[in-house]
Amino acid sequence: MSDNVPDTRHPYVRYIDKTRAYYLSQGYEKPYRWAHNDSAPFAPPTKPLSGSTVVLVSTSEIAIRNDPRFDDNPETRAKGNVYGVSSDTQAAELYSRTQSYDRYATTLDDANAYFPIDPLREAVASGRIGRLATECLGVYNAYSQRKTIERDAPEVLARCRAIKVDAAILVPV
Amino acid sequence: MVIATARDIVESAAVARLLFVDFPLGSPCGEPWNVAQQRAVLDMALRLLETAAGPQATVEAGLRWSKGEGWKELIFTEAQPFLPGQAGDAWLKKKEAYRQMKAEGKI
Repeated sequence: MSDNVPDTRHPYVRYIDKTRAYYLSQGYEKPYRWAHNDSAPFAPPTKPLSGSTVVLVSTSEIAIRNDPRFDDNPETRAKGNVYGVSSDTQAAELYSRTQSYDRYATTLDDANAYFPIDPLREAVASGRIGRLATECLGVYNAYSQRKTIERDAPEVLARCRAIKVDAAILVPV
Repeated sequence: MVIATARDIVESAAVARLLFVDFPLGSPCGEPWNVAQQRAVLDMALRLLETAAGPQATVEAGLRWSKGEGWKELIFTEAQPFLPGQAGDAWLKKKEAYRQMKAEGKI
């Protein structure tokens, strides 16, 4: 992995700078303050992946077709709560309701492109990872960083502990 | 273990391990329908999970978007506003619903 060289001709997109410039141009004087931390906690794995339980955590507003829990409900979404999606759900039954993606360049029609449930099941089948947690976790994007930090993140952690998770794959869309 | 396309945002927030996939927002785990690539992305993530020695480790997946890099030039431009038309309306509706619930003390 270390030999992957950065593409210097097409550097990666600086979303923070781009959104700042965009909102200034739209007349917003106060730029959005992105979450910023100087350091991050770190815990090395305590056992091999082949014996570990892995959970998938997603902020893609992942939803299941024909499941009334995901009927459009602005209150549920705006509260920014945490919810479960059974790990047995077939990819074809999953979809995303998020608007926060590059609609010009890509599509959300294949859930595995942002919610890698099939590759994870394959990794279980091949013995690469021990097992998947019985449910994946969805987290609605909150408008408040304080709510994310004080309410949603602790709930994700509590759920991970309750279902005895060893490692989490987190995918923002 | 985070898999993401918005490298600067995730690095600003600071996470233990980031696999950076230089793809448009919406496809952090590989291009839609590209099963082999999606498998490779997860494999890179699992390897980073196993091998990272300390926090804030970013690894580049080293993948290139198959239709070229043009998408990078067009983000947040007049030609391609982030939330055009209906999507923008839906976003404003959600924001307004949130404001109203907050005002009513529901959240």
